Amino acid sequence: MKPGSTSAASFALLRRDLLLVWRRRGDALNPLLFAIIVVALFPFALGPEAAVLSRIAAGTIFVAVLLAMLLSLDALFRSDLEDGSLEQLVVSPHPLALLLGCKILVHWMTTALPLIVIAPLLAQLLQLPDKTLPVLLTALALATPLLSLIGAVCVALTVGMRRSGMLLTLLVLPLIVPALIFGAGACNAAQNGFAYSAPLLWLAAWLVLALILAPLAAAAALKISLT
Amino acid sequence: MNPLVLWFHKLGSPPYFYRFAGKWLPWLYALALICGAVGLYGALFTAPADYQQGDSFRIMYVHVPCAWMGLFAYLFMAANGFVGLVWRIKLSETLAMASAPVGAAFTFITLVTGSLWGKPTWGTWWTWDARLTSELVLLFLYFGVIGLYHAIEDRRQAARAAAFLALIGIVNLPIVHYSVIWWNTLHQAQTVSLVGPSKITPSMLWPLLTLAFATHVYFFASVLARSRVALLELESGKDWVRALLPATETPHD
Amino acid sequence: MSSIQTEPAPLESAPLLQAQSLRFARNDEAIFGPLDFSLHAGETVLIEGDNGSGKTTLLKVLSGLLEATSGSVLLHGTPLTLAKLSHQVALLGHLLGLKLELSALENLRFATGIGGIRPGITPHLALASVGLEGFEDAPLRTLSAGQRKRVALARLLLVPAALWLLDEPYANLDRGGIDLVNRLLEHHARRGGAALITSHGAYAFTSGTPRRLALKTAA
Repeated sequence: MKPGSTSAASFALLRRDLLLVWRRRGDALNPLLFAIIVVALFPFALGPEAAVLSRIAAGTIFVAVLLAMLLSLDALFRSDLEDGSLEQLVVSPHPLALLLGCKILVHWMTTALPLIVIAPLLAQLLQLPDKTLPVLLTALALATPLLSLIGAVCVALTVGMRRSGMLLTLLVLPLIVPALIFGAGACNAAQNGFAYSAPLLWLAAWLVLALILAPLAAAAALKISLT
Repeated sequence: MNPLVLWFHKLGSPPYFYRFAGKWLPWLYALALICGAVGLYGALFTAPADYQQGDSFRIMYVHVPCAWMGLFAYLFMAANGFVGLVWRIKLSETLAMASAPVGAAFTFITLVTGSLWGKPTWGTWWTWDARLTSELVLLFLYFGVIGLYHAIEDRRQAARAAAFLALIGIVNLPIVHYSVIWWNTLHQAQTVSLVGPSKITPSMLWPLLTLAFATHVYFFASVLARSRVALLELESGKDWVRALLPATETPHD
Repeated sequence: MSSIQTEPAPLESAPLLQAQSLRFARNDEAIFGPLDFSLHAGETVLIEGDNGSGKTTLLKVLSGLLEATSGSVLLHGTPLTLAKLSHQVALLGHLLGLKLELSALENLRFATGIGGIRPGITPHLALASVGLEGFEDAPLRTLSAGQRKRVALARLLLVPAALWLLDEPYANLDRGGIDLVNRLLEHHARRGGAALITSHGAYAFTSGTPRRLALKTAA
């Protein structure tokens, strides 16, 4: 791979961002702990009865994962903005959308993937039936990249704002509601013995669309915010 | 050059728009008031009571025009936002941002009147069916646009960022409109259609259309009024704004 | 609004960088312009001006970060947006664009991945040339501001670019650092590159006088 080519640049960016997360790997645990704590709150609030918990399990896990990812979304561009690296990416000869896509990929790998890995643990905490677990994992695997992608566009719009946390949540949530409805809906359908492939296919379709459009939208949004 | 195109160009200039809007505003308000009064008279007195719901259906005459306006306002906002983003026209940015709070208000009224209508009809103040849910999401989208607009210091950059967000959220609009067809919902299917016969009796229909017209006129009047104020703020240092102030004789040293 | 004064330019072949009637305004308030100048290979131009005269904004417009309100920027004859597709411009901004959590070597490796690498030089050599031998593996947050600036200068040595846009290159540097910058500029010019630098102080160049562009804020 020739240094300076677009593929070399993408790999260099992927490698750098993964290295940065590794250097602060303590921080990377925060979303995980948050999700576990939020999920654990529900048995305390609703009582330990298995029938009650298993009915809300899939949806609760989805919301907990969503909120955990939202927390870490704010930092997607912040450090690059503060030290001037974002500027360098924008003036580089490579398509900004592709570079942002690499950053979004790292965000998903370091935030969502660990959450999906501990999803079985969360499922146990809420007494999710075993047969629903594969559907839950699939739905999470489809919905979490959607969240990273759509979230990245909203972060690009608010980059540089000092207290953008609450505003970011307000911006992202309406856009992510369909993914939540379909993802949790698929799990609930599977749990009750109904067909669940349709909502999963919808999620997959939106994901494909977002994979192509979201990085482009994020690049455009960033250019608006940086002027 | 085509005089209409020329006039359009002139309209984009803030001082001209300010005068133009100021001239037409009282007429628009008057028209909205008259049509609203006529429509309300028809809604409350002339239209016969519904065979199922009796008189409680009359809240539809507020609920439905507001619902239509909530969607229309979003389209208006997104269209102006698009023009503002692509061609950097200051007036388009201003119109887009002015229509956001108006659209949000209409959406809010839709939800509240819908809730008031739902209690006697369905037995519940709220239900999470597709149309209500997507209408609520529409309200959140409005809040997001308004929130983003007010969070950025530079007014023009704020308008561009908020317009961008509005365009992304436009996906929600077809979902709201078609939700009653795609999913089996508690909310009734549409009875008024643009093409072909409507499934509603004419004596009930004409007040609805009159009120829909009145709310449209009111929407434009409101947006023009807000835009005038916003333009004054945006251009506050300019000569044309200064010329509007009453002449004061304070000498400057 | 800023106006320019230039000294007569040397007669040469096609210019590397050309600004034509370049203007930038924010919220209808003019920052600089209209500017007309050209930069040829082997030239170094110093943009002088007080704080707030628009020097940094000018560099951002020339690098493509900001869009000019009117006028055009040509790089090797082609408008800037198309020219962006090849490795031609190196920007050293007020913020260095280096990650503090990574070491000098890791930062340079990333830079060459993005921008390519000049033949005949390695990150180690580059760091040695700027006087940072022995500091290759320390995280940047343990280095001083001057040392971080030197890492950025090493990046200039490593990554090929015909045009250098340097914003306050002398900031945070000691006497040795200032000499280093001047040496780098001379070497770049001799290689056929061109450089545009901003400064609000006067620093001597050891060979020749650079052409000066003064951006003055209007009264």
